[in-house]
Amino acid sequence: MFDYNFHWRPVMKSLPDLLEAASLTLQVAVLAMVLGIVFGLCLALARLHLRGTVYWFATAWVELARNTPALFQLFFFGFGLGAFGLHLSPYLIVLAGLTFNCAGYLAENFRGGFKAVPETQIRASRSLGMTPWQAYSRVVIPQVFRIVYHPITNQMVWAVLMSSLGMLVGFRELSGETQFFASRTFRIFEYFAVTAVIYYAIVKVILLSSRLMAARLFRY
Amino acid sequence: MISIRDLHKYFGALHVLKGIDLDVQKGEVLSVIGASGSGKSTLLYCINGLEAIQDGAVTVDGTDVHAKGTDINKLRQKLGMVFQQWNSFPHLTALENVALAPRIVKGKSKAEAREIAAKQLQHVGLGEKLDVYPGALSGGQQQRLAIARALAMEPEYMLFDEATSALDPELVGEVLDTMRLLADEGMTMICVTHEMGFARDVSDRVAFFHQGVMEEIGPPAQIFGDARSEHTRKFLANVR
Repeated sequence: MFDYNFHWRPVMKSLPDLLEAASLTLQVAVLAMVLGIVFGLCLALARLHLRGTVYWFATAWVELARNTPALFQLFFFGFGLGAFGLHLSPYLIVLAGLTFNCAGYLAENFRGGFKAVPETQIRASRSLGMTPWQAYSRVVIPQVFRIVYHPITNQMVWAVLMSSLGMLVGFRELSGETQFFASRTFRIFEYFAVTAVIYYAIVKVILLSSRLMAARLFRY
Repeated sequence: MISIRDLHKYFGALHVLKGIDLDVQKGEVLSVIGASGSGKSTLLYCINGLEAIQDGAVTVDGTDVHAKGTDINKLRQKLGMVFQQWNSFPHLTALENVALAPRIVKGKSKAEAREIAAKQLQHVGLGEKLDVYPGALSGGQQQRLAIARALAMEPEYMLFDEATSALDPELVGEVLDTMRLLADEGMTMICVTHEMGFARDVSDRVAFFHQGVMEEIGPPAQIFGDARSEHTRKFLANVR
């Protein structure tokens, strides 16, 4: 009843290609996270401190990013913009889609972080003669950073895994590359099994280094 | 000299301070007493500009605190403030808590700032706790840390906003002792307080606030022994 013969050799032969694709996965995920943190921070601050158009723009971003499928967001930057004649490369589609999505989630993490630092910390800082910016950058943000540190790690893992959606817009990252080889050799199970192990290893490394970094960064 | 003229403060429709006139001379220790909600804490916040005012004026050594052109960050270096909820910075060690403002506000070098910080922590009896995070300090120690942090800016005035109200009873003494020490050294202090013993023993003058009005001000002996206002007598009778 179970007469499937495993053939690992083709997978092993294309392992270098898979690993190269894995580095592309990591690259796009890291970039999306860096941009996502910057945009997420701006969105959170806009939602906390601003009114009017900017507030509504930020709110719409967060709502759409969190409440629609990530795949649809990728499709928007691919086929959606494509319909209007704006054709992004597969790399840019994935980067834009992931950034949009991560920024939305991170914005809410940051917003929670800012709310968790008491207003009185700013008062105490200002009473010492600090400017609002000094109070924010030296007192508030370091505390927010600790609060959002683990959610950021989570989001980083999510970004790596979510980048696999790239294969549906023609991006040859790890999943796309795997799909490419799998359909050429029909060793579908073997290819995706190995790729799953690679994803697992990447995520494990991220989690471990995050934990090591946390031990160094947060002594209190 | 801190000089307050016809100060009015509203929170929305609520009239919190109703025309306060008050001068505090260099070297003076003034205690401000009164029931919660009488406007005493708000007065302190108006003095260092953490709260805006709606009418009147506050001047510190001739500088109008609330004028548009005033460099409030510079002025606040003269006005140390200690809060009821000490507000130590949890992400910094005791030493870093105290060294931060001298470094980034006054532009001292890192080494210089740390030296100042160590000296001030020694001063308030925390010389052994330099590298400890506030989370590992008791409330009384955190409040002394807050005092050291304010002192590190070399202020000319210290504003204490119910510095002992949030402390466990057995920790009140160490903070009051530190405040006494400062008073003995000649620091100009305005202390909003519920510690009547401190107000009586340490202050040069005591002001009694009632519903946003400064009902009475005078030497402790007069306020505690021979108060003119009915409200003052009632308040003191209830406190004791």
